[in-house]
Amino acid sequence: MIGNKQIITIKGTREGLSLHMDDACSFEELLEELEAKLAANRIDSADQIVGVHIQLGNRYLEKEQEELLRRMITSKQRLRIESVHSEVITKQAAIEWKEEAEVKAVSRVVRSGQVLEVKGDLLLLGDVNPGGCVTATGNIFVMGNLLGIAHAGKDGDTDAVIAASYMNPTQLRIAGYISRAPDHETDGVYMECGHIDDEQQKIIIDRLQAVVRKRPGISSFERRMLNG
Amino acid sequence: MGEAIVITSGKGGVGKTTTSANLGTALALMEKKVCLIDTDIGLRNLDVVMGLENRIIYDIIDVIIGRCALKQALIKDKRFDHLYLLPAAQTSDKSDLTTEGMEKIVAELKPEFDYIIIDCPAGIEQGYKNAVAGADKAIVVTTPEKPSVRDADRIIGLLEQEDIEPPKLIVNRIRNHMVEDGDMLEVDEIVQVLSIDLLGIVADDEQVIKASNHGEPVAFQPNTKASIAYRNIARRILGESVPLMSFEDEKGMFSRLKKFFTKSK
Repeated sequence: MIGNKQIITIKGTREGLSLHMDDACSFEELLEELEAKLAANRIDSADQIVGVHIQLGNRYLEKEQEELLRRMITSKQRLRIESVHSEVITKQAAIEWKEEAEVKAVSRVVRSGQVLEVKGDLLLLGDVNPGGCVTATGNIFVMGNLLGIAHAGKDGDTDAVIAASYMNPTQLRIAGYISRAPDHETDGVYMECGHIDDEQQKIIIDRLQAVVRKRPGISSFERRMLNG
Repeated sequence: MGEAIVITSGKGGVGKTTTSANLGTALALMEKKVCLIDTDIGLRNLDVVMGLENRIIYDIIDVIIGRCALKQALIKDKRFDHLYLLPAAQTSDKSDLTTEGMEKIVAELKPEFDYIIIDCPAGIEQGYKNAVAGADKAIVVTTPEKPSVRDADRIIGLLEQEDIEPPKLIVNRIRNHMVEDGDMLEVDEIVQVLSIDLLGIVADDEQVIKASNHGEPVAFQPNTKASIAYRNIARRILGESVPLMSFEDEKGMFSRLKKFFTKSK
């Protein structure tokens, strides 16, 4: 039926086992072969748990199928699935991905009581007034006065930054970090950028140029793709 | 066809009613046919400021539920033949006033008057929505204090969602000495944050309080600071370009010189 061509090839790499699965056969055939392979290579229960990387090639797996595959691998052997990699994604996932990777340009004033939420990076041409709030899953760039609240990296991206032409915010939030304005009145700063400082583990504000050096990938497409 | 302008602010006590009464009076002084509408049901006081409280027989709720015709509820001002007031109800159920009812009243008044000034209640609930419903334009009143500016910002955001022209701003109750000392927000600062056009500025003038107590809008007085300010705003509404008035108190030569030298330091 399949001839001599192996459906599943197992390779040992430094990161653990790599399972290459043929993408031309049916899913049932794949499972059959996998079951046989797993039964053949019995591993002693005293052995260490080995990490497995699954390479699906050009095969797309539904959620249930992937679950089935995962269950089969982890139940039969002392294996732990590190990653499942497929070369293909659905159109819907691609659209979402693209959305996450885009820079959304918005021109308006975000006033008190208003919330502006975007996926991906936000480029706001206008002010964020006190009481107003902008959020983005990526970076936030405000070409105007940032006087309200800005939340960058809303889904947990700690590399996200918040930059503004003039910055005197009520609060800056990046991923799970929050910093607030001091209790005394301050003058605010021009052309500066808030980001998480790795050593201090808190949000600090620095000159835009200095932050660009710390986050060289700030504007690259790859960074935004990987965040998706 | 007249124009309906709603006077609003979000926050209470910044001078919506005073502004309504005075703009109405100032426009009437310029020979315009004006109708004032008080939409603050249960807390009416535009009639008090206008000195027309004793003339009220029917009110806006009576018109809406059909107890009287619109013409019957309109009160003619005691000073002008072409200035009218539609008073708010004091005891009726608030929920009788609806956006549809309001739109209908304004539509009925528009052919008869040049300007319809709608005095909005404080807040952003139904009362606000009713007041805005029939309006073509909006004027936002604020005072040079942070809470008031914050609420003005909120109300501007809400007004932007309505189908009306971008609102204009009046900064009310400016105390010049406090602004100079940095204890009050500067007008420029407020305009920058709110980013809408400034229609006028009004000084904090004791005459306004006196006038309200006498039921005689301050705009009548020939030369108090506030009355000039209100008349200037009315002229701007009519399309004239009038420069903003200066708040500098008339000082002697010496203090002006002193100021000059302290500045140049």
